[in-house]
Amino acid sequence: MKDIRKRIRCNKLWNNVFLIVGLLSTFVGLVLLFALMADLFIDGFPRLSYKFFTSFPSRFPDEAGILSAWVGSFLVLLVTAFAAIPLGIAAGIYLEEYAKKNWITDIIEINIANLAGVPSIVYGLLALGIFVYLFKFGESILTGGLALALLILPMVIMATREAIRAIPNSIREASYALGATKWQTVQHHIIPYSTGGILTGVIIGLSRAIGETAPIITVGALTFIAFLPSSPISSVFPFINFKWLSDPFTVMPIQMFNWVSRPQHGFQLNAAAAGIVLMLMTLIMNGLAIYIRYRFRKKIKW
Amino acid sequence: MTTTDDIKAQVKNLNFYYGDVHALKNINLSIERRKVTALIGPSGCGKTTFLRCFNRMHDLYPNNKYEGEIILFPDNINIISPAIDPIEIRMQISMVFQKPNPFPKSIYENVAYGLRVRGINKRQILDEKVEKSLRGAALWDEVKDRLHNLAFDLSGGQQQRLCIARALATDPRILLFDEPTSALDPTATSKIEELIIELKTEVTIIIVTHNMQQAARVSDYTAFMYLGEIIEFGKTDKIFTAPSNKLTEEYITGRFG
Repeated sequence: MKDIRKRIRCNKLWNNVFLIVGLLSTFVGLVLLFALMADLFIDGFPRLSYKFFTSFPSRFPDEAGILSAWVGSFLVLLVTAFAAIPLGIAAGIYLEEYAKKNWITDIIEINIANLAGVPSIVYGLLALGIFVYLFKFGESILTGGLALALLILPMVIMATREAIRAIPNSIREASYALGATKWQTVQHHIIPYSTGGILTGVIIGLSRAIGETAPIITVGALTFIAFLPSSPISSVFPFINFKWLSDPFTVMPIQMFNWVSRPQHGFQLNAAAAGIVLMLMTLIMNGLAIYIRYRFRKKIKW
Repeated sequence: MTTTDDIKAQVKNLNFYYGDVHALKNINLSIERRKVTALIGPSGCGKTTFLRCFNRMHDLYPNNKYEGEIILFPDNINIISPAIDPIEIRMQISMVFQKPNPFPKSIYENVAYGLRVRGINKRQILDEKVEKSLRGAALWDEVKDRLHNLAFDLSGGQQQRLCIARALATDPRILLFDEPTSALDPTATSKIEELIIELKTEVTIIIVTHNMQQAARVSDYTAFMYLGEIIEFGKTDKIFTAPSNKLTEEYITGRFG
């Protein structure tokens, strides 16, 4: 009896030891993150004003703003979304619903999973080689957007596959048993029922893309730009134009990087303010992803 | 006495393989028109495999192989012939599955789906068909006020009747049931059984069941299967009261399986 009690005490001691280690580890991460964000807010918050969003960068820290940067980020992301979403979803659907399951698809699957882990600068080099030198797209929004599209493509494909895999086979059989073709089944069932999961993956991919710096620098984005790309909407027929695609650009993280590397203290504050904006953008996108997932989960439960 | 006019489908020397596994061995039987044929037997005897040959469900998965013939009358086409498109077969032979599997769409859209697949999108035709099918599945009165609610809001038994309505909407020539009550409570089960007995005035039915009482209650003909073979096939009364095979007798008296 005495032995058992001693044993239990000893076991419980180790239990408590881990409890404390675990708690400390959690706090290290949380406290550091919190300190970082607090620092960013204290430095940057006073700089956030309407003027900050509507001014071009300047030699004078007080007059500098992020207009060209957020417009650039927005347009680049637009290109990324338009390229990565259809490609990624189509590839995901093909791999899940159409492709025969054999060693070739196994290899493709492993490779896609690996591609998601490739350093982003490698995608930048790829984009530089293909889009800038081979296709002569120039150091443009189109090139930047496509580079980021390459980067998030594996994420979109994997999110699509996972969402499709969650659909029970009985639903497919129900559709086929009524005489539906594969495409009818995909169009009427697979895509609608996996939309929530796919959109979640897409948004998380885009929120990663918005913070990427390396591939964008590699393809030659400018670090100082005091004009906007041409407007996508025009007053004459056909009212939209695509000239902005070939315009030079900068994006939020590059603007930040540029300011951080300046010696004047004022620019450091600008960088912090831009950091807040970038973080809020990411937060909003992630929030949107969670909301969409919640909405679709509520409607479809297997 | 049965004449050829009363035969809806004739199975001749049917063999079926999952890869190298010989799952159905030399099956011969005829399915009578507007009657209920039950397939019974212990787990793994091939009854569901046999049922799924009738609407070519096995074509959805690789490495499956059919041999022999299932002739569908009066057109005289061989259901399992590789020359026949499985979709053509599935458009004529509907299936109700083991677990209710409605689509996460409205009640209305669930029933209308088979028609939409056939390119029927006229509101008036769809409305008529949906009502007729839901009445046919004894579900109309319960859902007529909420046709545009999600099908998932229905109870399990109602969902299964919805699946029956969905299968009926396309006017099938044979209706296949794969253990349709195995996921349902006794009340819902008896409703489905009543429905099956009513439906046979309109359509030929084949039902797989693990429940022998159910086979006895709803079917006109029963096939007892064991290890991929048909051991005995005949009128349900005879199978259950005076089986001619020793194995059949042991199974229906509960001594094995």
